[in-house]
Amino acid sequence: MTAPAVWVENISKKFDRVKAVDRVSFAVQKGELFGIIGPDGAGKTTLIRILTTLLLPDEGKATVAGYDVISSYKKVRHLIGYMPGRFSLYQDLSVEENLEFYATVFGTTISENYELVRDIYKHLEPFKNRLAGKLSGGMKQKLALSCALIHKPELLFLDEPTTGVDAISRIEFWDMLKRLKKRGISIIVSTPYMDEALRCDRVALMQEGRFLDIDEPEKIIGKYDKKLYSIHTTEPYLLMENLRENVDIQSVIPFGDHVHFTTRKDVEIDPGDLQEALIAKGFKDIAVKIIKPGIEDCFMDLMNIEPQ
Amino acid sequence: MTDDGSNIIVVKDLVKKFGTFTANDKLTFEVRKGEIFGFLGANGAGKTTALRILCGLSRPTSGFVHVAGFDVSRHPEEIKKRIGYMSQKFSLYEDLTVEENFTFYGGIYGLSRKQIKEQTNFLLENLKFHKSKEILIRALPLGWKQKLAFSVAIMHRPKVVFLDEPTGGVDPVTRRQFWKMIYDTASSGITVFVTTHYMDEAEYCERISIMVDGRIKALDTPASLKQRFNAINIEEVFLKIARN
Amino acid sequence: MKRFLGFIKKEFYHIFRDFRTLMVLFGIPVAQVLIFGYVISNEIKDVKIAIFDQSKDEVTQQISSKILSSGYFLLDRNLSSQKEIEPVFKAGYVREVVVFEPDFAKRLKSEGKATIQLIADASDANIANQVVSYTSGIIFDYVKLLNMEEQGAAGINTEVRMMYNEGLEGAYMFVPGTIALVLMLVSAMMTSISIAREKEMGNMEVLLVSPLKPIQIIFGKVMPYVVLSFVNAVIIIFLGHIVFGLPVNGSLALLLGVNILFILLALSVGILISTVSNSQLVAMFISAFALMMPTILLSGFIYPIENMPEVLQWLSCIMPPRWFISAIRDIMFKGAGLLYIWREVTILTAMTVFFIAMSIRKFSVRLE
Repeated sequence: MTAPAVWVENISKKFDRVKAVDRVSFAVQKGELFGIIGPDGAGKTTLIRILTTLLLPDEGKATVAGYDVISSYKKVRHLIGYMPGRFSLYQDLSVEENLEFYATVFGTTISENYELVRDIYKHLEPFKNRLAGKLSGGMKQKLALSCALIHKPELLFLDEPTTGVDAISRIEFWDMLKRLKKRGISIIVSTPYMDEALRCDRVALMQEGRFLDIDEPEKIIGKYDKKLYSIHTTEPYLLMENLRENVDIQSVIPFGDHVHFTTRKDVEIDPGDLQEALIAKGFKDIAVKIIKPGIEDCFMDLMNIEPQ
Repeated sequence: MTDDGSNIIVVKDLVKKFGTFTANDKLTFEVRKGEIFGFLGANGAGKTTALRILCGLSRPTSGFVHVAGFDVSRHPEEIKKRIGYMSQKFSLYEDLTVEENFTFYGGIYGLSRKQIKEQTNFLLENLKFHKSKEILIRALPLGWKQKLAFSVAIMHRPKVVFLDEPTGGVDPVTRRQFWKMIYDTASSGITVFVTTHYMDEAEYCERISIMVDGRIKALDTPASLKQRFNAINIEEVFLKIARN
Repeated sequence: MKRFLGFIKKEFYHIFRDFRTLMVLFGIPVAQVLIFGYVISNEIKDVKIAIFDQSKDEVTQQISSKILSSGYFLLDRNLSSQKEIEPVFKAGYVREVVVFEPDFAKRLKSEGKATIQLIADASDANIANQVVSYTSGIIFDYVKLLNMEEQGAAGINTEVRMMYNEGLEGAYMFVPGTIALVLMLVSAMMTSISIAREKEMGNMEVLLVSPLKPIQIIFGKVMPYVVLSFVNAVIIIFLGHIVFGLPVNGSLALLLGVNILFILLALSVGILISTVSNSQLVAMFISAFALMMPTILLSGFIYPIENMPEVLQWLSCIMPPRWFISAIRDIMFKGAGLLYIWREVTILTAMTVFFIAMSIRKFSVRLE
């Protein structure tokens, strides 16, 4: 039996009086794509820095590929690739020079491991003489990933790789991660975008230093125990104000051109009746449905349950 | 075609070049008074450049750009008095209290002491935050900082407020509270011009424009765009436009 | 080793792509030397002098006319009493007063020697220095001529008196001081800033996680600046020599050796600063206040150490530039050898070891 990619037991870390990470435990299996999902300030970066041996935990124990992150930090550093939140590129070096630099630092060359990064780097090759500082967010992100991969790490730690990056680059990025996973690389990735949870094998929902839940995305959704209604509308805010007047309705949350709501305990609303009632009130293009929740619904639900 | 009174922003054939690179290529659009206008685009599409021009921080290479009734090239100072600006990067002073920040920014916009007091109380009460105005900004979570920064940006009652990715990294609940603020602001008569990477937020806008490579490729209400591109949501619209 | 070379290559890219850094690295030293050099080598021409001739004989008139016909000097006025000397200087135009003692020719004849006093306004030490040396030169020429004509050793004794700055301290201090300042600036400030930049931009995180050892990271950052600093020191010495004939009387090898020692010292200070600063701005402030100000104020660069209050004199002893400046002054002007400056070299070496040890201890393998 080989060691799990990451194994964490009761890790805590305080900065001044703020508990950035609060008694977190989890394990990531080899070859798994594991997501840490949560808003800014949830403690994602601190947790990743502890696992990449950059910070010492106040309490608890953690191993990466079987090596202790405190006592065997040098071993760990040889095995991992790390892409910090700010991408860590040298703005005044060209695309190629950046990659070359990281390759030499890790004692390898671009050509030796080109195979692994080709998929990603081919998008950048036409711009290989451009300075990294002049790249768009999406291209910076691809270059940073190439740099983190150039030494063929067993594990990849990515801290908010998709933050501030446009929707298309985000989708392309997750496709790349999927292909890397197929090559057997274990990937731990953090993100504030709830919709990206579905791209992971398993996710931890993180808020204020703690894990609200940790499971496969589908299972997290399965645990949602309320009936969730969704109304399609062109006037979400007007509709929400209307729904909030209804005593049977508990929480009303806008989701783009839909409004999601739940009802009070033991109360059921017939979608058809509500739809008619709303149309009678003058709403147009209304469609009321009972739906399966998304991760964002679950996250907000769990946020409310958790005692502050 | 100039301002007939119903548009707060009028842009016609806006071109901005940096050397040989064209960041904005003949942008033409209007924003109506009191509207929530979503300004979408991929990274590097030229959103930031356009935003800077609209705020009077940068001059267009050519084209007609009027904001709040003034030409951006000739009267940028008049424009700056009439707009509010807030971005994810711009934040309040960390080492000042909430109230001190309000007082400071109110002073910048030349509000009287009485106005500052009234506006501070009004805005903080809306946020249900008036009891905590002695707290240092540093001690607040990101979501609160963003909501307060937004309040500061509208405290001088600008004609239009520019929000540059205001909700980046904010938790889902706060994100929605933030949009509630945007709605209230717009219904009080302040035009909201907002950029975002969250496609579900684009749906909350009355109209959105989508920029690709320096050009506006689509501009309409979210519903019409979805219909036109036969898409179930704006994300799909966005992908279809950007990939072509 | 290959990792290390790759690192250094990258560092040079940073330096050469940043025009402002390059300006700081090479522009400032050259500008400083040229400015100081210009101030010091200010050409002597039509300098106004006054003559107080208490003898008014054939010899004094000959000397006076020789001085005035040289083209360097203009007679502002003749003085008739000792009391007029001070007001003449106070009025500001006259740079030098030439005083012949009474019965000049008679004494020269009977006693074989006579005295000329040269009083100069040394509030501008450099000009005073040159004015006096030109005047003395002219007088010596005359003496030589006199000696050739008449047998029997005639000696004219020139007494030089510098008013307002008797010791003439400071004039030659500028070049050694500039070298100290520039080496501190380039070595300590630039290294601390460039290491802090890696932290600020988040690159340090990735480097720490890489197999590079901390010592490799440090030496990789520092190495290019060792080279650049050394080139700078050579440029300054060379310019000093060309622009205003600064001598290098001692061994050039020793001079360069002491420079290298000081560069290492400055770099280790820079590394130490970078370990306590997380941003370029902080690194810059610490460098400016902890290094530049003491280098300028407490090293004897501008204010002579002997004239400082005792507390500051003690304080100056822990300022590395003080020992460095003293050492290279001795080498350049006095032609001193290692034996003569052993004390300075020992102190500098000890300081270097101390700072290197401190910075290695302080350099963290983590982010905290």
